[in-house]
Amino acid sequence: MVSTTAPTVGLIAGGASLKAQLRRAERARKLKAIGLVVPLFAFILVSFVIPIGVMLFQSIYDPDIKRLMPGTAEALARWDGQGIPDEATFAALVTDLAAAQKVKKAALIGRRLNYELSGMRSDIVKSAKIASKMEMGPYKEALIEQATLWGERDVWAVVKRAAQPYTPYFFVTSMDLKYDSDDNVVPVPENEAVYKDVFLRTLHISLLVTFLTLVLGYPIAYMMATQPPRVANLLLILVLLPFWTSLLVRTTAWVVLLQTQGPINDLLMASGLVNERVQLIFTRFGTIAAMTHIQLPFTVLPIYSVMKTISPSHMRAARSLGANSFYAFVRVYFPQTLPGVAAGCLLTFILCLGYYITPALVGGPTDQLISTYIALFTNSTVNWGMGSALGTILLVATLVLYFVYNRLVGIDRMRLT
Amino acid sequence: MTRVKQRSTVLGALAVAGVLAATGVKAEDTLTVVSWGGAYSESQRKAYYEPFMAETGIKIIEAEWNGDVAQVRAMSESGNVTWDVIDTGSAEGIAGCDQGWLEEIDYAMLAQPREKFVVGGALDCAVATIVYSTVYGYDAGNLPAAWNGQVPTTIADFFDLEKFPGKRGLYKRPFVSLEWALVADGVAQADVYDVLRTPEGVDRAFAKLDTIKDQVVWWEAGAQAPEILANGEVVMTSAWNGRLYNAVKNEGRKFVLVWDHQALDFDYWTVVKGTPKLDLAYKFLAYASDPVNMARQSQFIAYGPSHADAIPHIPQDVLKDLPTAPENMATAFTQDAQFWADNGEALTERMNAWLAQ
Repeated sequence: MVSTTAPTVGLIAGGASLKAQLRRAERARKLKAIGLVVPLFAFILVSFVIPIGVMLFQSIYDPDIKRLMPGTAEALARWDGQGIPDEATFAALVTDLAAAQKVKKAALIGRRLNYELSGMRSDIVKSAKIASKMEMGPYKEALIEQATLWGERDVWAVVKRAAQPYTPYFFVTSMDLKYDSDDNVVPVPENEAVYKDVFLRTLHISLLVTFLTLVLGYPIAYMMATQPPRVANLLLILVLLPFWTSLLVRTTAWVVLLQTQGPINDLLMASGLVNERVQLIFTRFGTIAAMTHIQLPFTVLPIYSVMKTISPSHMRAARSLGANSFYAFVRVYFPQTLPGVAAGCLLTFILCLGYYITPALVGGPTDQLISTYIALFTNSTVNWGMGSALGTILLVATLVLYFVYNRLVGIDRMRLT
Repeated sequence: MTRVKQRSTVLGALAVAGVLAATGVKAEDTLTVVSWGGAYSESQRKAYYEPFMAETGIKIIEAEWNGDVAQVRAMSESGNVTWDVIDTGSAEGIAGCDQGWLEEIDYAMLAQPREKFVVGGALDCAVATIVYSTVYGYDAGNLPAAWNGQVPTTIADFFDLEKFPGKRGLYKRPFVSLEWALVADGVAQADVYDVLRTPEGVDRAFAKLDTIKDQVVWWEAGAQAPEILANGEVVMTSAWNGRLYNAVKNEGRKFVLVWDHQALDFDYWTVVKGTPKLDLAYKFLAYASDPVNMARQSQFIAYGPSHADAIPHIPQDVLKDLPTAPENMATAFTQDAQFWADNGEALTERMNAWLAQ
């Protein structure tokens, strides 16, 4: 008894210092661990979390009108939306426009209002010039006389709405809706609707490409996992080579292959299968072919790495217990590959949602995905509110799909390596 | 890609600055000038950059862009301006002024009176440098048999699928395509923009484009247009005249330019707001706006000068291939920059919706 407890007692006796030592060691270890993670964490924060946060914010925050027309915004808050606003509102408008003209920001006001009423940009610029020359009231009649737009109730409705710094306007537009003159949300005319179709198309093409890469990729992964190393390595290199080639190069190669005077058409003509050249480039077919080719390695590699870990003895055991090879494959082998299939498909699907350059070069106008429009708003028209709103919808849709998928498949069951 | 390029420009600038500092030349004496690349930048290099550097000792660092104004705006707003002078189109020149990322041009500093520039070419924040035009062309070396030996000569022919069957190339933006559609539909040149300002006019233009929609290949970058014409993807295409001209002159193509209702537009020099090198930028702008210097550029690319006094300095044989040559000007019109600043965004969206259907 004594002999067995003695060391314990000794441990307790030296406990205080040992505990402190342990704690110190623990703390040092923790600090080291944190120290190692901090650079990555800071990097992700600066390059990922903050920009996405700013993007989300920009899709609902639009302070230009409120900032440049503070008096008008305030006066309009009291306006009931009936008829033309009163003289005090006009006075505020003239003051605001004159001030904006002075700091050369009148065009910025015009630009924002132009989103909702096309053609307003130059009217505002003109009004600002008029306003800066007006010295005394009454302003209402005088301004309407020189710039007739201010005599229209609908124009004021737009100004009042745009003066709200927090606005669902960009989301409303992103969903092919708009405000009518009474602030009701209504669908846009059919010949102006575009985004709903494009979102659905993005989903549709991504699903189709994911499915095709799975159907084409699964047998290749199986071959790579089961053939002797010499063959398997060769196959692996064949899968990896295009993987290492830049996306742009592979896309351009598809342009060369698919064009009307290109090798595929030459082959079809020479073989007599067709007597007239087929339109392959700038079509949905071309887009899907190119995207499937580019995405194949992303689907194949996770499946392959999972298959690699499945022992061949499982199949042999199933066969020895009387299962035919099809039954053994379906019941024993295939279920074990599911984690890889799930990971590969998710990877491909999410990458497809963001495709931009391949549809742009290989597809026709009806094959463009949502990224094309995000890029257009971000780079060319510099309407960052719209770009952010479309980006936010894509982000949310992706997250929702991810959670549904997680519920169905279980992320913890997925294995990338 | 552009960002990498931009970074390499910055690195290049730093390296040059380092060398200059070491040799005792002031480090400020460099100027970054941004343009559209290709044959166009090359013509500017020969006409302006090289002689300017030789004359003043100011080193010009070249960079390229493709009209993505987002990065210029970000540069100006963050106060980290590394581009000093930019060659822009009308849309960017006006937008940059509206949004406050371009300097206002002080025409007195250019030593050229504002009225000497082409009408619509002297904007508040941008001064025109060249006149170019959108025309359409076909390949005389590869005429389709179905044309029965006829060739298109008018804008109406571009829309005539019966007489001239085959695919057509058009710019994937509303600019010029809508104007041409109305002209082909019988609207008088002078009324085109008035008609386009009405919703019915826009519908009418799209209805006309509908008649050729399934035969159109849409191009997005200027270099694509001569490419799709050369490889037979289309039998005729709209293009910027310099692009077609260069394919004829340098690659021996047999492209024929149809000047009917050519749409004139300008490229401009602009100065990024917040540049620390405003003095040097004006020095360069004054040099490039000088009619004698300007006349040089037309010898390297088929774009016309924006300054009235430059024309007498251009040799006759060069002049005839320019958009501004009198025989090409008969039905020419100038793209209405203000109209497009007002309606460009809405019509681009309308066009995207139309394309996606």
